[in-house]
Amino acid sequence: MKFGKSAVLALTLAFSVSLAACGNNNNSSSGSSSSNNASGSANTASSAPASAESTLSGSIIASGSTALQPLVDQAAKKFSETNSDVSIQVQGGGSGTGLTQVSEGQVQIGNSDVFAEEKIDDAAKAAELKDHQVAVVAMAAVVNKEVGVTNLTKQQLVDIFTGKVTNWKDVGGKDQGIVIINRPSSSGTRATFEKYALGQKTEDLKGSIQEDSSGTVKKLVNETPGAIGYLAFSYIDDTVQSVQYDGVDPTADNVTSGKYPVWAYEHMYTKGDPDAATQAFLDYMVSDEVQNGDVVELGYIPVSKMTVTRDKDGNVTNK
Amino acid sequence: MSAKLKDRIATFVIIAFSALIIALLVGMLGYILVKGISHIDWHFLTAEPETIKAGGGIGPELFNSVYLLILTLIITIPLGIGAGIYMAEYAKEGRITVSIRLVVEVLSSFPSIVVGLFGLLVLVNTFNFGFSVLSGALVLTIFNMPLMVRVTEQAFRNVPREQKEAGLAMGLSRWKIITSILLPVALPAIITGTILAAGRIFGEAAALLFTAGLTTPKLDFTDWNPTSLHSPINPLRPAETLSVHIWKVNSEGLSPDAAEIAAGSSAVLVLMVLIFNLLARWAGRLLYRKFTSIK
Amino acid sequence: MKANHETPPFMKANQETPLLFRKHRAEEWIGRIYTTFCVALLIVIIVSIVYFVASKGVSTFAVNGVSLSGFLFGQNWQPDSDKFGALPFIFGSFVTSLLAAVIASPLSVCAALFMTEITPNWGKKVLQPVVELLAGIPSVVYGFIGLSVLVPFLRSVFPGQGIGVAAGSIVLSIMILPTITSIATDALASLPRNLKEASYGLGATRWQTISGVVIPTVLPSILTGVVLGMARAFGEALAVQMVIGNAPHIPSSLFESASTLTSVITLNMSNTVMGSVQNNALWSMALILLLMTFVFVLVVRLLERRTKI
Repeated sequence: MKFGKSAVLALTLAFSVSLAACGNNNNSSSGSSSSNNASGSANTASSAPASAESTLSGSIIASGSTALQPLVDQAAKKFSETNSDVSIQVQGGGSGTGLTQVSEGQVQIGNSDVFAEEKIDDAAKAAELKDHQVAVVAMAAVVNKEVGVTNLTKQQLVDIFTGKVTNWKDVGGKDQGIVIINRPSSSGTRATFEKYALGQKTEDLKGSIQEDSSGTVKKLVNETPGAIGYLAFSYIDDTVQSVQYDGVDPTADNVTSGKYPVWAYEHMYTKGDPDAATQAFLDYMVSDEVQNGDVVELGYIPVSKMTVTRDKDGNVTNK
Repeated sequence: MSAKLKDRIATFVIIAFSALIIALLVGMLGYILVKGISHIDWHFLTAEPETIKAGGGIGPELFNSVYLLILTLIITIPLGIGAGIYMAEYAKEGRITVSIRLVVEVLSSFPSIVVGLFGLLVLVNTFNFGFSVLSGALVLTIFNMPLMVRVTEQAFRNVPREQKEAGLAMGLSRWKIITSILLPVALPAIITGTILAAGRIFGEAAALLFTAGLTTPKLDFTDWNPTSLHSPINPLRPAETLSVHIWKVNSEGLSPDAAEIAAGSSAVLVLMVLIFNLLARWAGRLLYRKFTSIK
Repeated sequence: MKANHETPPFMKANQETPLLFRKHRAEEWIGRIYTTFCVALLIVIIVSIVYFVASKGVSTFAVNGVSLSGFLFGQNWQPDSDKFGALPFIFGSFVTSLLAAVIASPLSVCAALFMTEITPNWGKKVLQPVVELLAGIPSVVYGFIGLSVLVPFLRSVFPGQGIGVAAGSIVLSIMILPTITSIATDALASLPRNLKEASYGLGATRWQTISGVVIPTVLPSILTGVVLGMARAFGEALAVQMVIGNAPHIPSSLFESASTLTSVITLNMSNTVMGSVQNNALWSMALILLLMTFVFVLVVRLLERRTKI
């Protein structure tokens, strides 16, 4: 009977220990890095009045878009050098993940290639998120170098991507079948391309290839005879042939002047108004130092240089 | 067409197919090593990756892979051996044991992507561990535990009965028999199995995409405070492993030498797996010799 | 050691329990509790995986109102216009894993025969390590080689772009080769010697023995290996995604781009927001993968039962 009791005791002990261990994990997780909503903002709140405007502190997690991630990562490293009490973690995971996590309050910043309204079904949830546009990504149609086409009109592109035209000779190229290297239907790059280059949604054609990653698209366009795809400017190099859109060269200058329409904002979303440290970091992202330095270096287009703006419905206005 | 001729043809086909398999492996290993090995040097193994410039390395990724492996093994080994011992020594043949065995079998055949998604949903989002080494290690534990259970159970069952009976005759408790008689004898087989399983952890990518993340913060190798973000041993930082890095460089790499980096990383990964395999054989043989000679 | 505990009831009755014996009992309890805890953990893990994936996967139908039959048999996958027909992916998964099994099985059985029947010595020393190494090569590396070597090769030899069902199946077949080989080898090695000797004694050639006696006897075990291999192929994600092309259509040729359940999940999961229909539909596919795992395990069980009889 004695043993029976001690067994129960041991069992409870084992369970409480394991529970305590779990609890600790949770605590340390919120203490050191993730979801520092509470402690992060508390830190900044308490330090702000004490030391006035001098030092910021807190910890920020940004997650989401893999296309935006290198830029945020590079800027975060520089920001931490001057603000050593702010720790910034940049994670990938994709636009969808970033929006999910910022909307759930798990991260402070959600990076996205598209407007939140286009991804989040629940309008109320989308409305909670505050948009910070930090860069512009433009993309161009690219073709295999042997195809012999350097310019395509909007109508020709539509014909190609809807399967009406299946041979390059019909659009001024060689006698060669067209192979479409598309993106999956959830891709932000595809959404931008369809909205601003084609002006319509397209169905996936039978036999078309879909790749989510720019590297693979580039590789396949380069290797596959008759291939056409589309890439962000930063990925375009001499292994593929970029194509003029309605006679306009895909260059950064044509994008900022509003002549070349196939571009989209890179967004950093916060849930409501950000805390002081996050706000400072977002301000840093649109500062001249980052916009003219890292943004250009990594192949994006500075949002500050744009002479036009565009809302989520695609309405363009001059600045 | 005599039976003899048929026999010869069949033998030839069998040998030809076997040779084809060997040729496949040699070809693949050769391809990876030839393409990658020229890229491997000390700088490549230790330097940080570059986003757009050439000449990036895989230092942090290599560290992450090893760290994640160690963390996973720390969690898995005690749990897996414990469950394996239960199956071998405590479980009575019956409906419960049969269903536990079924659980182990199902768990070990779950697609890694499904387990990764489970990790994303539960560990990363619900428990809020974020994309982190910890989430990654826990997901890898789910893969690894059933393997450990099987290896342990098998190893214990292969221990000669007499050794157990000798312990019983000496009046030792069952737990004492397990830990001081059976475990040492079973250990070589367990260690071999563990190392082989470790090789598999090292190469896993699909599940880690969703749990350990695609990024690594700048690591400061002088900072060993586990709560600091830049500390290499902080379990709550995101950690891109070597296999995830190959996937990312292949698909999103912007640097001009992305192809060489992918090839070099693949070569490193394959070499590590080779080393794990050789280590497992060597350790198994060595330990077996040691324990059997003591016996 | 002196403590006399062959008679526990007697000791229990005695209030003066010897120290050593009490220590033994405590040890015994710790061991029992600890190992039971480990096993319980396994059960907790599997229950929670099934629960979470199922609750997400079912919400496509329960919350978003997508029809189940439309999902399972619909051929149109256009998430933007709310068409969630997953049949092309289900079809793709089955076709690639079946083809992979068809390619890998003969190779594996030959390798197993080589190791057990033809030259056991040499086979064990060379082929076995080779097979084990193949099992150890990470799937990203398979995908990498598939994309850099296999796809260009197929493109130059066959019509089409090289990418497609054929490329996916070949990559998968190499990946599942070790699984089938090792199970077939184990089965062949455990075959009683006298069975073969009887056949040889009757004057049968090696091939007659193999085809007439050995293979029929171990067939259920070989099939077990094939099913396990297919299970692995069914769940493999990255390597297939890199070479199959990912068009959401049922392909009309082996060299046409197609999709599998895993490839569509990897491509779209990170681009969609949790809770949206598009995302839930992906979880429903994960649920199918999960259920298929149970089916595969069940089939293996049935085959094993046949082996025992």
